[in-house]
Amino acid sequence: MSKFKKKKSGELPPVSTAALPDIVFMLLFFFMTVTTFKKDDYKVKQELPYANQVQTLDKTDKVIYIYAGKPSERYQKEFGTQAKIQLNDKFADVSEIKDYWFNTINNDLGQEYQNVAITALKVDKETNMGLISDIKQQLREINALKINYTTRKGDVSQN
Amino acid sequence: MGRRNIPEVNAGSMADIAFLLLIFFLVTTTFEVDSGINRKLPPMPPPGVTPPIIKQKNLFTVLVNKNNDLLVEEEVMALSDLREAAIAFLDNGGGTNENGEPCNYCQGDKKEDSSDHPNKAIISVRNDRETEYGTFISVQNELVGAYNFLRNREAQKLYQMKYTSMDSIATNPQTSEKLKEDLKKKMDVIKDMYPLKISEAETSN
Repeated sequence: MSKFKKKKSGELPPVSTAALPDIVFMLLFFFMTVTTFKKDDYKVKQELPYANQVQTLDKTDKVIYIYAGKPSERYQKEFGTQAKIQLNDKFADVSEIKDYWFNTINNDLGQEYQNVAITALKVDKETNMGLISDIKQQLREINALKINYTTRKGDVSQN
Repeated sequence: MGRRNIPEVNAGSMADIAFLLLIFFLVTTTFEVDSGINRKLPPMPPPGVTPPIIKQKNLFTVLVNKNNDLLVEEEVMALSDLREAAIAFLDNGGGTNENGEPCNYCQGDKKEDSSDHPNKAIISVRNDRETEYGTFISVQNELVGAYNFLRNREAQKLYQMKYTSMDSIATNPQTSEKLKEDLKKKMDVIKDMYPLKISEAETSN
């Protein structure tokens, strides 16, 4: 047995792929740490309006989301094209907002946050103000006064 | 090979597993943080209480109709001019506040027929039920922009720092508690100079 084989000329040595898992793991950990899961599946159109005088919602803030807008295309046959409210992942009526708000406070956030919870209104920019006024009126009646009009960052001329 | 007795574990499929996980997290990642315009709704008025009467000159009325046109103080106006007009109104300082003090930091024209003091100045936004939400947000954005402009100016004078940057530092979770306290105090001073008074009146049909 010869210990020193003669290298065959002209043949490329195979590329080592041993470091590949390391690279992939690195990427994996990166994405794992920056991932935030989308809370709800949107059933309404969510083309938010643009604004630039905005404040960011902290991850530590207690936020209750209310979505509104025209139903997405695949739901239009069933629900029409009139703007609707979405709570959790269901279409809802204006009158259901109060119950939803208290349920979220009691079950998800904790009662002690009732006065600091922010209600984020994620509304499509083509929605009529009438619906938003109705939502605001409901929130006023249950003393949920802190709201946030969620927007995208950009110039208002894009609205 | 055969140098050792224990055979090497084949790690070739490790990459596949990692890739699978990677792809999963790739598709579920959303980078954006929610941001928007914060507002406080007025509490429900107790029954039997009539709202206080506000002098016409201390009220800056913005009407938005269902065609998304703006009527500011009885005049048709383009959205791009709204911020200027709001700044002029808020910064007028023609009179005194409740305590009879004049506004010594205002740089406005001190007109008779505009607001007395930033403390008294109220901006009222009224819209139609059919107004588009996008327009409403644009109007709100311009009005908040007017306040931010004035607050930034005063904060720069007093603390050599913009009000908006103070705000973003104070809301950053990585900021230390001590700095937050300090910034909050400073911001309250500025907020007191130009309190945000935007009323979103009920819609008219």
